[in-house]
Amino acid sequence: MTTQQTTSVPLENTRSGETIVLEISNLSKEFGGLKAVYNFDLSLPEHSLTGLIGPNGAGKTTVFNMVTGIYTPTTGSIKLYGEEITHLEPHEINQMGIARTFQNIRLFPNLTVLDNVRIAYHTHAGYSMYDSILRTSRFSSKERELTEKTQDFLSVFRLENRQEEIAKNLPYGEQRRLEIARALAANPKLLLLDEPAAGMNPAETVELMDLIHFIREKFDLTILLIEHQMRVVMGICETITVMDFGEVIARGTPKDIQSNPRVIEAYLGPGAAALSEKFKRKKSQ
Amino acid sequence: MKKIQRGTLVFAIGAILVFAIIQVLLSLQILNSFWFTIIRIGAVMAIVSLGLNLIYGFNGQFSLGQWAFYAIGAYASADATYRWTQLHSALGVLVLLFAVVLSGVAILLIGRWVSRIRGMDALSQFALYLIATVLLVWVAVLLGKALDASVTAFLASLPKNVSLQIVFFVCIILAGLLAAEVSFLFGLPVLTLGSDYFGIATLGLTIIVKVLLDNSDTMLGFPEMKGARGMIGIPKITTWFWVFTFLILAIVITRNLLLSSYGRAIISVREDEIAAKAMGIDIAFYKTLTFVIGSFFAGVAGALYAHINGFLHPNTFNFIKSFDPLIIVVFGGLGSVTGTVAASFAWALVLEGFLRLWLPEGFETWRFVVYPLLLLIMMLLKPNGLLGNYEIAYLRNLIPPLRNKNENQTPPPPPLTVATDTQEVKS
Repeated sequence: MTTQQTTSVPLENTRSGETIVLEISNLSKEFGGLKAVYNFDLSLPEHSLTGLIGPNGAGKTTVFNMVTGIYTPTTGSIKLYGEEITHLEPHEINQMGIARTFQNIRLFPNLTVLDNVRIAYHTHAGYSMYDSILRTSRFSSKERELTEKTQDFLSVFRLENRQEEIAKNLPYGEQRRLEIARALAANPKLLLLDEPAAGMNPAETVELMDLIHFIREKFDLTILLIEHQMRVVMGICETITVMDFGEVIARGTPKDIQSNPRVIEAYLGPGAAALSEKFKRKKSQ
Repeated sequence: MKKIQRGTLVFAIGAILVFAIIQVLLSLQILNSFWFTIIRIGAVMAIVSLGLNLIYGFNGQFSLGQWAFYAIGAYASADATYRWTQLHSALGVLVLLFAVVLSGVAILLIGRWVSRIRGMDALSQFALYLIATVLLVWVAVLLGKALDASVTAFLASLPKNVSLQIVFFVCIILAGLLAAEVSFLFGLPVLTLGSDYFGIATLGLTIIVKVLLDNSDTMLGFPEMKGARGMIGIPKITTWFWVFTFLILAIVITRNLLLSSYGRAIISVREDEIAAKAMGIDIAFYKTLTFVIGSFFAGVAGALYAHINGFLHPNTFNFIKSFDPLIIVVFGGLGSVTGTVAASFAWALVLEGFLRLWLPEGFETWRFVVYPLLLLIMMLLKPNGLLGNYEIAYLRNLIPPLRNKNENQTPPPPPLTVATDTQEVKS
């Protein structure tokens, strides 16, 4: 752990004229004496698809938890469209336009598929509690509107025939799809995906990659994703940020990252970079 | 335009029929006072347990405090009606009214202010609310004393029975609101605790309330409550009509709340707090909301209970008894409204039935052997509760069918496979 003497990789200047959706600067999180995340910087231009990778325990999910407000950062700031969101509550951050999925799927397991998505619409329900207790006409019209919106939304994700199914009874791939659908229901601007391909077979993974492309176009999203499956990361991400021991060790396009010696060492251990160079040379001979 | 669903219609007709039949049987003396008591106790327990079912069954907060709010409702309303019937003074009702209304308004205003200035921790908020309510209760006492004579004169000018029923009705509502406000104050710091710790904290509240009631004549300064000797002289005016009305109200409120976006938000907190937060649900708000509504039911039920026997004893509100609504809720099926109501009546019948009907003379003490054994057997045979997941049609969550949509309205689903993507990865 103490071998990390080098400074973290500075943020490249983004092209001017681009709107920055999320800007994280100097973000750190300490749990007791443990520095889970240290001086983390990231800036996401609008409509970009960025990957966040690194070995287990590198602090990727901690970054997600800080962005979504579940953890409060020790230092640093997080800005969404230039607005400070560092010390807001999770539900406020969600309402400002950041949605996420979880590493181990966190659906509302005993509720139906329809209700899972309807909960995400809650803040846009449009009727008060008194309307619901007194069953006013406002309640019935708004509730019907909300349900129809949800059903339309489910059909985008090809879950419309599953609406009465209890969420925990769905097959794994559909649970993932439902979780993404639920995250998108509240119409976020930024979507954080935490290992969306975990536990998926190759066919499901390909389907997921298509889905990610599809939702990015359809909902005009900016996406940040954590992933361990390299075929997903290298296949769909435009830029990649690599973390190790809470610090950023590399940034760049998938090609740059694949040949970056620090990344190879982080994943395979010290000396691995040299070894891989040797291997490559041998192969080319 | 407004179409009444079949389930609603069946429920309304069924409710009227049940009310009418039992009322007729009671008037004809076919159901004697023994059955009358069982029915009323069953209904009262159903109201308490519906409140607890909201808190524990639907919001997932394990609470033993329901009994404390039940006690608060019982004693508060009993004191007010006692003063009206025995002392011929509306002071109790007036002070209760002003205290509840003024602190209610204060809580709403402070709540709005606190949410605007951010970052105030729960304990400072609690202190703020507490100071405000204590001050306002003092104001309420002054106001009550000032208006006592004129209001008493006005009520006395009405026919005796009418004025008593008005006082009783107002007291039931006020008892519920008082319990709700106390639960709000108590829940503010305590609801931040995790589920199990919250259970212990609420157990603490039940014990506090019991001890205060044991010494109500000395510590609280209500000599008419007579402390541990038990309060007597409360008018016995809980009729089948009042009990039934409030039970139906509790069922309808529970149902309408749960089958709405607010209900889904409440249930999402039980299902997964972190996911609920990430979906934009303010979980602190919904925990407080459910706790307050549940306690309101407990307060109302307490007020109804106090006027059944005309006698209240602190031992009735012992913390051991606070497990009764919990047993009913688990027994009836967590998160099942029908089951809770059915289990409440079954519970009242079993406890009283063993005492007076089914066990041979001299074996009455065996009822607390038989009753727990019955519970054990039930839990082993029907772990999902008495009725499992069954709900009557009115209470069921009916999912509307898919509409017939035009083909061109739906956007095309994403293609199943895109060959180019995978090939790029492999190369």
